[in-house]
Parts: sequence; C-alpha cells; structure tokens
Amino acid sequence: MDFPILSSLILLPSVGALFLLFANESTTTNRQTIKYVALFVTFLNFFISIYLWYLFDNSIFDFQFVEEKMWLKGFVNYKVGIDGISILFVVLTTFITPLCIISVNNSIKYRLKDFLIAILILESLMIGVFCSLDLVIFYLFFEGGLIPMFLIIGIWGGDKRVYSAFKFFLYTLLGSVLMLIAIIVIYITSGTTDIVKLYEVGIDPNFQNLLWLAFFSSFAVKTPMWPVHTWLPDAHVEAPTPGSVILAAILLKMAGYGFLRFSIGLFPFASEFFTPLIYFLSLIAIIYTSLVALMQEDMKKLIAYSSVAHMGFVTLGIFTLKQQGLEGSIIQMISHGLVSAALFLLVGVLYDRIHSRLIKTYGGLVSVMPKYSILLMLFTLAAIGLPGTSGFIGEFLILMGAFQDSFLVATIASLGVILGASYMLWLYRRVVFGKLINNELLKITDLNKSELFILSCLALPTIFFGFYPEPLLNTIAVSVSSLIEMYNYNLTILGNNSG
Amino acid sequence: MDKLNFIYPEIFISLSIMFLLILGVFKKNSSNLINNLSILTLIGTLVLIFNHPFNTNLNIFNGSYKIDFISSYMKILTILSGIFVLITSSKFLKIFKIFQIEYSILILCSILGMFVMISSNDLIVFYIGLELQSLSLYVLASFNRDNIKSSEAGLKYFVLSALSSGLLLYGCSLIYGFTGTTNFNEISNIINNNQYGLTFGIVFILAGLAFKISAVPFHMWAPDVYEGSPTSVTLFFAVAPKIAALTVFIRFLYVPFINVIEQWQLIIVFLSIASMVFGAIAAIGQKNLKRLIAYSSIGHMGYALAGLCTGTIEGVQSSILYISIYLVMNFGFFSCLFMLKRNNKYHEDIDDLSGLSKNHPLIALSLLIILFSLAGIPPLAGFFAKFYIFKAVLEQSMYYLAIIGLLSTVIAAFYYLRVVKIMYFDSEKEKFDTDYTLGLKFTLSLSTILILFYFIYPSKLVEIVSKINII
Repeated sequence: MDFPILSSLILLPSVGALFLLFANESTTTNRQTIKYVALFVTFLNFFISIYLWYLFDNSIFDFQFVEEKMWLKGFVNYKVGIDGISILFVVLTTFITPLCIISVNNSIKYRLKDFLIAILILESLMIGVFCSLDLVIFYLFFEGGLIPMFLIIGIWGGDKRVYSAFKFFLYTLLGSVLMLIAIIVIYITSGTTDIVKLYEVGIDPNFQNLLWLAFFSSFAVKTPMWPVHTWLPDAHVEAPTPGSVILAAILLKMAGYGFLRFSIGLFPFASEFFTPLIYFLSLIAIIYTSLVALMQEDMKKLIAYSSVAHMGFVTLGIFTLKQQGLEGSIIQMISHGLVSAALFLLVGVLYDRIHSRLIKTYGGLVSVMPKYSILLMLFTLAAIGLPGTSGFIGEFLILMGAFQDSFLVATIASLGVILGASYMLWLYRRVVFGKLINNELLKITDLNKSELFILSCLALPTIFFGFYPEPLLNTIAVSVSSLIEMYNYNLTILGNNSG
Repeated sequence: MDKLNFIYPEIFISLSIMFLLILGVFKKNSSNLINNLSILTLIGTLVLIFNHPFNTNLNIFNGSYKIDFISSYMKILTILSGIFVLITSSKFLKIFKIFQIEYSILILCSILGMFVMISSNDLIVFYIGLELQSLSLYVLASFNRDNIKSSEAGLKYFVLSALSSGLLLYGCSLIYGFTGTTNFNEISNIINNNQYGLTFGIVFILAGLAFKISAVPFHMWAPDVYEGSPTSVTLFFAVAPKIAALTVFIRFLYVPFINVIEQWQLIIVFLSIASMVFGAIAAIGQKNLKRLIAYSSIGHMGYALAGLCTGTIEGVQSSILYISIYLVMNFGFFSCLFMLKRNNKYHEDIDDLSGLSKNHPLIALSLLIILFSLAGIPPLAGFFAKFYIFKAVLEQSMYYLAIIGLLSTVIAAFYYLRVVKIMYFDSEKEKFDTDYTLGLKFTLSLSTILILFYFIYPSKLVEIVSKINII
C-alpha cells in the first residue's frame, strides 16, 4: 500500500476544519455552505473508510495498511495500521460524524462554524485513536479529544454546562495521566512503545499488575465503569444532541477498544489476575445503573445510565477472554454506537420541539407523532437486545462467553437484560402511550425529512446486522482469535518462565 | 588576547549600552530610536553568537568563563526573549507615558548580566553576573514610578532579592573556605563527601538560586512583583531571569557537585514538588491574569526542576527543552495580554476576558491553544515538554515525583480551564481596541503556530537540545 490511506483518513477532517476556520458565517447562505463543506468532508471520509473496509483482508491477523514514519527520533515512530477490530470502529466513527453534522440544523442555534470545526477535529482524533499502533501516538489522540469535547459541552450545552464540562475534562484527565506514566515506564523497561513489537517482546510480569492498573484507571473513567461513571450522566444531559451522540457512540468506545488492544494484548498476566475485579465492577454497573436508570425522570439521563449498563456488558464480555465474549463485546459496542446515537437523537427531536427532557412532560405521542413512535420502538427494542436487532447478537455472544467462564456471573448479568428491558419499555410506555395530557403536544410536528433520514440511516444497519451479522463477525474473527491465542500463549510462556 | 573573540557578543552589548546611553542623553526624544537600536543590538549579538562554532567547549580567563553549547543555546533564548520584549512593549510603554530611553538600556544591561551568569564557571563571575542582572531588574520592576504598585513591586523585589543574594554570597564564601577555590572545575576535583561545611554552602546557594527562579518556598515575591510591574517587564521577569538562573543551576549542580548528588538531590526534589503543587493550588483563586501567570510560572519551574533533580544528562536536556517551550508559551500568553486594551487602558483581570471568543475569535483561539499547552494537554507543545521531563524522571525510577507531578497538572488544568471557560462560555463584554502593532500580531501568530504544530515535527528541537553536554 503506497498511498497513505489511513493518514489521509485522519488528516482529512482536520484539513476541512482548517478551511472552515477562515469562513464567514454572517449570513444564512454562508451557514448553509459551511455545513455543506463539513458534510462533504465527512461523507468523503466515510466513503474512504468503506473503501478501506472493502480492501481489508479478513484472513490476515496482522495489522494492515501500516504506515511508519520517524517522529520523535530514536524513540517514538508515527505508526498507524488497522486490524479487524479497529476497522469497524473507524467505519463507525466516519459513519456517525456526518449524521451528527446533518442534525446540527435543529440543535445548534449559534456559532455553527465553531461547532463544526470542533466536530471535525474530534473526528480526526477519534480515527487516530483507533488506528494508532504506538502507545504515545495513541495517548496523543486519546487525550487530544478532550479539548474539542470540553468546548462542545461548554459552549453549546445546557444550563449546568460549565460544571459538566469541567467534570468531564478533569475526570478523564486524572484517569489518563496515570496511563501516561505507565506508557513511559513501558518504554523504559521494554525499550519501545510500538504495540506490534511489544506484543512480541511482552512485558515483564512483575510490572504488569501496576501497569495494568494505570491503564485501567484511564479506561475505567472513559468506559465509564462504576464507580467512576458519574461524569457521564452530567456530560450527556448538558451536551447538545450531536455532542451526546458522539460521546455515546464513539468516545465511550475508545476505552473498550483500549481494553482490547492494550490491557489484554499487553498485560495477559494482569488481565488474568484482575478479571474478578472487572467482573465485579461490570456486574455492579449492569445491575446498579439499570436500577438507577429505572428511577430517572430525565430521558437523556436515563439513556446515559443505560449506556453505563451496556458498557458493563462490554467490559464483562472482553474479560471473559473467550472468542464469543470478545466478539460479542465488539458487536455490542458497534450496536450500542448505533442505538445510543439514535436514542439521543430521538430525545433531541423532542427537546428541540418542546424544550423539555422530562418524561412526565410527554405521553400519548403515538397519536401525534406516528413515525417517531415507530422509530423509537425500533431503537428501544434494539437497546433491549431483542432478536433481530444488532443488540441481541452482542448480548447473546457476551452471555455465551460468560457462561463458559462462570455460571454465577452470567446469571447475574442476565438479570441485567431483564432490568434493561423494564426501564426501556417503561420509558417507552410513559412517553409514547397513555393519554395526551399536555396540550402543548397537540401542536408537535412529526419527524422532518432530515431527522427521518438520519434515523433511517441508523435503523438500517441495526436491523441488517441483527439478521445478518456475518460481515461484522467475518471482519473481526481472525483478529479476535489471534488476540486470544496470543493471550493464552503469553500466559503459558511467561507463567513457565517466572515459575 | 586571542581569547577575546569568544566574548565578542558580551563586548558588543557592553559597547552598545554605552553608546546608546550617550546617544540617549544628547539626543532629545530619542526613546523610539534607542528602542529600535537596542533591537538591532540584540540582533547583532545574535549574529555574533552564531558566528563562532557551537560545538566548542572552551574555558577562558583562567577557567572562569565557559563557552560551550549550553551557553550559546541559553544566550540565544535570552536574546530572543529580549527582542520579543522590546518589540511588543513600546506601545504599552507609550500609553503609560513611561517610554524612556532607560527602559531598553536597562533591558540590555540585564541581558548582559544574564550572559555572564550563563557562561560563568566560577562563583565570583557568577555573582557579578547575577548582581548586574538583578540591579537592572529592580529598576525595571519599579519603572512605572508614579504607580504605587509598581514602586512596591520594585522595593519588594529589591529587599527580598538582596537578602537572597546575601545568602548566596554566604554560601559562596563557605564553599571557598572549605575548598580554597571558587572555580567550578577545581572544586569538583577537591571535594569529598565528608565536608559538612560544603553541604551548608550548597544549601545557601541553592536557596539563593531558588529565589531567582521563584521556586517554593522562595516564591513569595513573585505574585506581587508580577502584578505590580508594568506588563512588559512582567514578561521579561517571567522568562529571561529564569533561563539564566536555570543555567546556573545546571552548571553549579552538575559541574562541581555532581559527585555529591545525594547531598542536594532531595533539596531539588522538595523544591520541585513544592513548586508544582503549590503553583497549581494557589493559582486557583486568582483573579488577576498576571498573578495567575506568576503562580503558573512557579508551577512550571517545578517541572523544570524535576528534570534537574535526576542527576542525568537526559534530565538536564529535558529541563532545557521545557524552558524553551515554556518561553514560547509565555510569549504567546503575554501577546494576548498586550491586546486586551480598551480606550488606552489595559485590562488584566480574568473577568475582562469574558466572551472574548465572540468579539475577537482569533485572539481567543490563540489564547485557548496557549492555555491548553500550558496545561500540558496533547498534542500541543506543552505536552511534549512535560513528557520529556517525566521520561527523564521515570528513567531514574523516581515514581513518586512523576505521580505527584502529573497529578498536579490535573489540578493546574483546572485554573487554565477556568480562563478558557470565561473566554468561551460566558457572555461577551465590550470589544477591545484592535490597533495592534505589527510586532504583536507577528509574535502572537508565530508562537501559536509553533505551539499548535510542534507535534508535526518534534524531533528538531530535541535533536538540538540533545547536543547539550555539561559534564
């Protein structure tokens, strides 16, 4: 591969942002043009990533499209590449971003240009996270994303936006600085930060536990896992709709991806050692946040808590360290990316019209917004994990992996599925069914064309992958099995060496 | 006489100072001219430094004066900050009606003092340089003499600085008493571990030097002096003396006393931790931007010292890299400060920045980038500065220092974020004047671009710095 396709994928949105920086947004036509430029750039990126998926060879477990350039001399190389796991996240990122940009019409009322610049830069950084094959490069992209997200929450957010933005930023930064220490220590002990080389060399088992914890502190905050999940509901509630969508659909996945790529890949010993801890925290997240979600009065908060529960499933699946568990986690992440994005957009639709996110404001929407009700039904069912939606495949595989590992853990996790169904269906009942009490709702309009377009775009893959998950499973199968092979191999080799 | 050619830069500055002084006295209303000529002088000095090879390692004047890579590099940094101060400050001084010939001449004097400090390889030479730069700085701090705060700043700086110079001199005499020499190289040949008097000497000198770079617990003067001095002088305070003092720190610790590292390492570690933590916490409550940057600079000096306490050449290099990047960030920050002018009045409170992003989007964006860089958020230049420091620290297995340092960056991030919040999230106020001078625009855009795009090609600066070899 001569053409640096991954680097152009990373750079393209930033170049678009640079163009927008000098644009003038004084008139409505200008604002439209700016939006179209951003849309063009992101769609172009989407098509490049689809083409990349097409070029991608499923049968090779090595990283593909690898680019390596000298960066920090003799120390860190700029190295990007993708395998079966990261390609899906790259496509998810490039797929969600244009949809977010279409949705700005309704939710972003001022400073459109700045918003689009922030979103585009964020896209660059997010793609970078999923492509980077060097710890330092990864950290750069991972942390860099804080700046645009901080601004998105802080400038375009709701009433408590300042508090939420600060909480988001400081929580994540605090988690990440420990990871930075761990990265430097890895460099000092192993002599490289190149992931591929580190996979081969392995990391001294005596250090692994501490290093694992340092990485965990960063990923746990970002996932978010109980008990460091408290920033998420705040951030979600205050962020503007496109911000919430990006946060839920992509930013949270960076941590799940980090667990897969780094925690398991680099620290097999520690992962084995800490599996009970992850199980414990994941189960608490699944049960406790589901219960909390039941009691929420704010729709966005409810979905935010449901995100925590879903990510609990993801971490559970990853640390079963079984083929099914890992595959399930990845599909669950992709599916959650689509479904939570859609749910936040659906809440955004109501908020744009009535300016309230409280559940009690609504009721009986089915008679005034039929299209809306159908789509909400679809995504509610997908969130529950009904067979025929992508959510089902993910949860099913995760539970299958978990049952192989521990019957008790799997049973408790299954309870979470029931709780999930109860809070989502109850939400649906209260919002859509019942009597139309609020007179304001009589004047409400159904989905307009752009909203319908965005939601259909999200609905299609949700249903398609629900019935036919083969494309996803084929893409990840080889990478996942080689990851697990490597994990088991390292475990035995190092175990024998250290006695 | 053949060795004189190595100190042409110093000689050139001294001659220019005398010439400009005479010119200023005889020619009326010549402050503008003197200012421009001073800039030219600095550029000329820069050329003279570039004129002789960088890789020399020379001890001249009986080994009391050293010309090597680190001295050339640090002198260049000093000159750049001098040039920057002079091109940005003329308008500021005119508005305050303190645009007098002495201003640029004093800055030149102080830079000459710093040159001597940077090159000194001898306690006495070092002290002479230190006093020359300090005396100029006393006057500069109180340059706006009709303003009570400025006079207070000058007086405060003078009293405390004189005290610290006293301590320093006492330390020098102790060291001389126990070794019988003031030359750094000779001291290193003589010392051994058992001389407690020597340890006292080191402690006194370190206290004096810590005062000059405003490390905790010798930082008390910094916020008041920063706030009281005219902003252009504050900028000079924030960068130039720190470059010089850091060089002396490096030379003093790494040439004569590297073999007794266990005697001073803990002191530096303490200074470093205390500065990082205190700088981060104390800045949170500040309302004045200049006070804020004073506390921020205390914190940043903590990081620079963290690199120093490792006792390795990588540590020294990381400190120098840090101070170089810190310099650029300060240029940017103060350029923004110079732009906050409304009806010929400068605004220094954080609240004055309110809604800056709506009225002046480009300034706000630059300040945003600079602040995130000061906070050390990747991928901006400030991150790399910290990254190298912590790499050097962790290579010596000083985990606690790295962890405390990085946690204090999280605390520090809070107050930088607060400024960003006021700029971006709050509602706008009246617009500021937009009659910026060309120099100001140039420095702001240059420093912002350097900070923002440093990550594209970070190797060059590292490569230059890694040529530094002190031992």
